[in-house]
Amino acid sequence: MLIKKPPSVKSSEITDEGTYLNRRNFIRGGLLLASAGLTAGTYRFFNPTPLPPAEVKDVSAIEAPKSYSTDEKPNSLEQITNYNNYYEFGTSKDAPARNAQKLVTRPWTVEVDGMVQRPRTFDIEELLKFEQEERVYRLRCVEGWSMVIPWIGFPLKKLLDQVEPLGSAKYVAFQTLYDRKVMISSFSAGIDLPYVEGLRLDEALHPLTILATGLYGKELPKQDGAPIRLAVPWKYGFKNIKSIVKITLTDREPPTTWNQYATDEYGFYSNVNPAVPHPRWSQAKERRIGELGLRDTLPFNGYADQVAALYEGMDLKKYF
Amino acid sequence: MSDVNFNKLLIWVNALVPLGLLGYDGVRGQLGANPIEFFLRTTGVLTLTFLLITLSITPLRKLFGMNQLIKYRRLLGLFAFFYGVIHLSTYFIFDRDASVSSMVEDVVKRGFILFGMSALLLMVPLAVTSTNGMIKRLGGKRWQRLHRLVYISGILGVIHFWMIVKSDIFYPAIFGLVLVSLLGYRIYLKAKPRLAGARSTA
Repeated sequence: MLIKKPPSVKSSEITDEGTYLNRRNFIRGGLLLASAGLTAGTYRFFNPTPLPPAEVKDVSAIEAPKSYSTDEKPNSLEQITNYNNYYEFGTSKDAPARNAQKLVTRPWTVEVDGMVQRPRTFDIEELLKFEQEERVYRLRCVEGWSMVIPWIGFPLKKLLDQVEPLGSAKYVAFQTLYDRKVMISSFSAGIDLPYVEGLRLDEALHPLTILATGLYGKELPKQDGAPIRLAVPWKYGFKNIKSIVKITLTDREPPTTWNQYATDEYGFYSNVNPAVPHPRWSQAKERRIGELGLRDTLPFNGYADQVAALYEGMDLKKYF
Repeated sequence: MSDVNFNKLLIWVNALVPLGLLGYDGVRGQLGANPIEFFLRTTGVLTLTFLLITLSITPLRKLFGMNQLIKYRRLLGLFAFFYGVIHLSTYFIFDRDASVSSMVEDVVKRGFILFGMSALLLMVPLAVTSTNGMIKRLGGKRWQRLHRLVYISGILGVIHFWMIVKSDIFYPAIFGLVLVSLLGYRIYLKAKPRLAGARSTA
């Protein structure tokens, strides 16, 4: 006799094929979406979208003599405030816009000492009372990009005149604030900090050399080196030291941060020179921020008429 | 759809998500102030990322017995090549004004370009011989030997990345560390039987 064993699972409990496939498709669809979301999130984590510029106070400035400014179209405030090299606030171009907002710029003093008749410490409010001029300068980064920036500031000479450099002074050394509470470590930045830079005294006294305190009619945004920074338009961008706290007159060539990091790559002078290539950037051409093509880089960043005389008789391939 | 095909679809979708976001941000003008530099850097990092994922297949199979992963290695490797080609084309068109002579000059002048270019060129024969037909024509042993070039490609690629960074070597170091572990594991596998042999005869 054949005894039919009842199946262990009731036929009513077996998922019919259609439902099974539906469920599987549902799970697969979910998996696709979830994984794509995770990938997109990871991508966004590493590549955040730019921030709107932070609010800064308006300042007034007089227009400088035309010979000092270029009539090229300035880059937008958004470009100038979202593409910065300010390693103390992170080594990517967009990091300073996010991280520099923690920088405390008041109270702020700039100490001027060394080989001067009257060493003294200036309060930032005092420096802001110097007559401020607008100077639209080209800025050429050693990395092969450039911008046009409508700075506001005053000639460094005006400040140096007040402290009266001694006859023996030959160089000017600058130092950036280094505040470990808001800035990253020297180890993370990969360069020695505090950041230091220097100019020869005649370069520092040149009328094109300014201490910038603002741009676009406003106080300096923090990521651009608030509250006071150097702008020397014929030199590579890294010479334009930010957030200055100390200026020292000296008789010997002062150490400079990038030169110490790689002496054969970044010279003390670092005048923009299309004929002297950097090991990673040819320097013959540059990309103006906002443009897709390349432009030819000009000797002394286009300021040769005004500054070439400073280097007469010098081998610029040797003193790069 | 079989599980294998579904998993391949999963890889396709996820591998194209970064390109989609790059395109989306590009159209909105949200690639930052220097979009070309951003696009170049990102496609370069993606190339290395896919290269390392591809190189992790063998260790994952051996360590965790996930043998089925072999079915996806080719696709992952081809995505590394895909992003590498986009990376090189962007450099060629926007950084070299699409001039071959300017590119050749650049390869000679700038060491890191030479490394990057060699890394990608070494991937060309691998991509060309990635089809089933080519594997048959070459024969498994020879095909395998040829495809060891990917190790050189990975090493050159990471050096290329390391050299372009100015001072903060964090990311190149991460890529380097992963690469060293993945290649180190292979060396360990090769050396293990010999080590065991040495021990038994001692």
